Amino acid sequence: MKRTVFAYPYIVWMLIFILAPMLLIVWYAFTKNGAFTLTNLGAALRDPIYMQVLARSVWIAFEATVICLLLGYPIAWMLSTMKKSTAAILYVLFVVPMWMNFLLRTYAWQALLDSAGILNSILAFFGLPPQNLLYTEEAIMLGTVYNFLPFMVLPIYSVLVKLDKSLVEAAYDLGANGVTTFFKVILPQSIPGVISGITMVFIPAITAFAISRLLGGSKFMLYGDLIENQFITLGRDAWPVGSALSFILLVLVLISMAVMRRAEREAGEEGGMLW
Amino acid sequence: MKRIADFFKGTYLGLMLLFLYAPIIVLMVFSFNESKTMGHWSGFSFKWYEALLSDATIMDALWVTLSVAIISAIAATAIGTFAAIGIHSMKKSPKSVVENISQLPMVNPDLVTGISFMMLFALLGIKGGYTRMLIAHITFNIPYVIFSVLPKLRQSSNNLYEAAMDLGCTPWMALRKVVIPDIMPGIVSGFILSFTLSLDDFVVSWFATSGIQNLSIYIYSIARRGISPKINALSAIMFVAVMTLLLFVNLRSLKEEREAEKQIKRL
Repeated sequence: MKRTVFAYPYIVWMLIFILAPMLLIVWYAFTKNGAFTLTNLGAALRDPIYMQVLARSVWIAFEATVICLLLGYPIAWMLSTMKKSTAAILYVLFVVPMWMNFLLRTYAWQALLDSAGILNSILAFFGLPPQNLLYTEEAIMLGTVYNFLPFMVLPIYSVLVKLDKSLVEAAYDLGANGVTTFFKVILPQSIPGVISGITMVFIPAITAFAISRLLGGSKFMLYGDLIENQFITLGRDAWPVGSALSFILLVLVLISMAVMRRAEREAGEEGGMLW
Repeated sequence: MKRIADFFKGTYLGLMLLFLYAPIIVLMVFSFNESKTMGHWSGFSFKWYEALLSDATIMDALWVTLSVAIISAIAATAIGTFAAIGIHSMKKSPKSVVENISQLPMVNPDLVTGISFMMLFALLGIKGGYTRMLIAHITFNIPYVIFSVLPKLRQSSNNLYEAAMDLGCTPWMALRKVVIPDIMPGIVSGFILSFTLSLDDFVVSWFATSGIQNLSIYIYSIARRGISPKINALSAIMFVAVMTLLLFVNLRSLKEEREAEKQIKRL
């Protein structure tokens, strides 16, 4: 008996529950009454409101990624320069929030920013007027950064901690100052970590939908909310346009992944050229 | 100079930890608050915990979450392990086709996976919310099991299986006595990964099921309507549970590392 037989139950499962659902999305996105059509995709792409929502989603995901990188890189770098035992403990502390249910993490900010919440009580304590903190675009941004920051620290740290410290010493010995050493030695070597960090923040951020609902109210729809709305609120008639929207999201994700992979390969080549 | 740098480092890391933990800690503190608002403290009370534990909806949601996590992790581990053994001995091109399709659920945004399930279940006429959730969770767990087991299979030698057969084992016995013990670490990590992914899932469950709630769906549906002290209490319990679990896992891996070191020294 050949051992490939053991995979047969899974292959059946895979065809029904992995491949078929994906084909359904493509099918609904590109057909009308069983014939091929581009009208669904056109409807998804031409609607000015849909496009506005898409632009907002990309922009928020981009901003959140930049902020995560600016906050997270120093964390990873500082951890990597510490004594191993201290760094191990701190590393666990930075990673633990990742394991907390992400709705609860988002809800925590909802509670903090609420008009009757603790931040407004602090403002009132100092005699300042209450602010509208919740249900703003900034609140969505804050929630996104808060949720995804550990995903930026993790990959950068794992690259930096393996970096050969004698290279840094060599740079100093050859007369480079701290800034030059960072930009010429440390940063180029950590690019693979930075790229996987960006991927791990940008892609989930662009497809997230519960964060915007809880922290942005219904005022600031993101692309995920738009798709949810098509399928949950509008029902079966909206499947074709909803599928087209999902297809656009999928393409967007695949493009960003391809860009990241390419950047990684180029960084690798550059690293090679140094030697 | 070094002291200034250390001080700066300490301050920065401290602020970042404060940013990460303050919201959770504030929630935990206010879960003991007498009044419903989180603006001011009006006295210590366990009443939200009592309300939480006597809430049948939450208890049902907890039961759904835990049972789906356990059943889907066991099913995914069984299907995924056998799948990996089969895939490992496939020829090159069918192997790469199966591996690539298996990666789809890992690459796909959860949102798209969830929606595709929703359409599939509607078309197949699978009505039960619990069945839907179970199928969805098993499906997104299997690839993680396959890709934790495959590297272990690559490390272990094919000759062992052949040798067992030559010595009179049936294929099934050879698998049970030789192959599976060899790849056990991969199977265990696949199981743990599946369990945690299922426990934490919101997006796929939200779209794939209807008429049934796991904890994530429950939290979302309550939080959409605003702050609820019961959720504060729930957060506190879940945070403590996660911390305990992580501490346990980390201590275990630390112990394993130490034992491995000892063995190396002995050699």
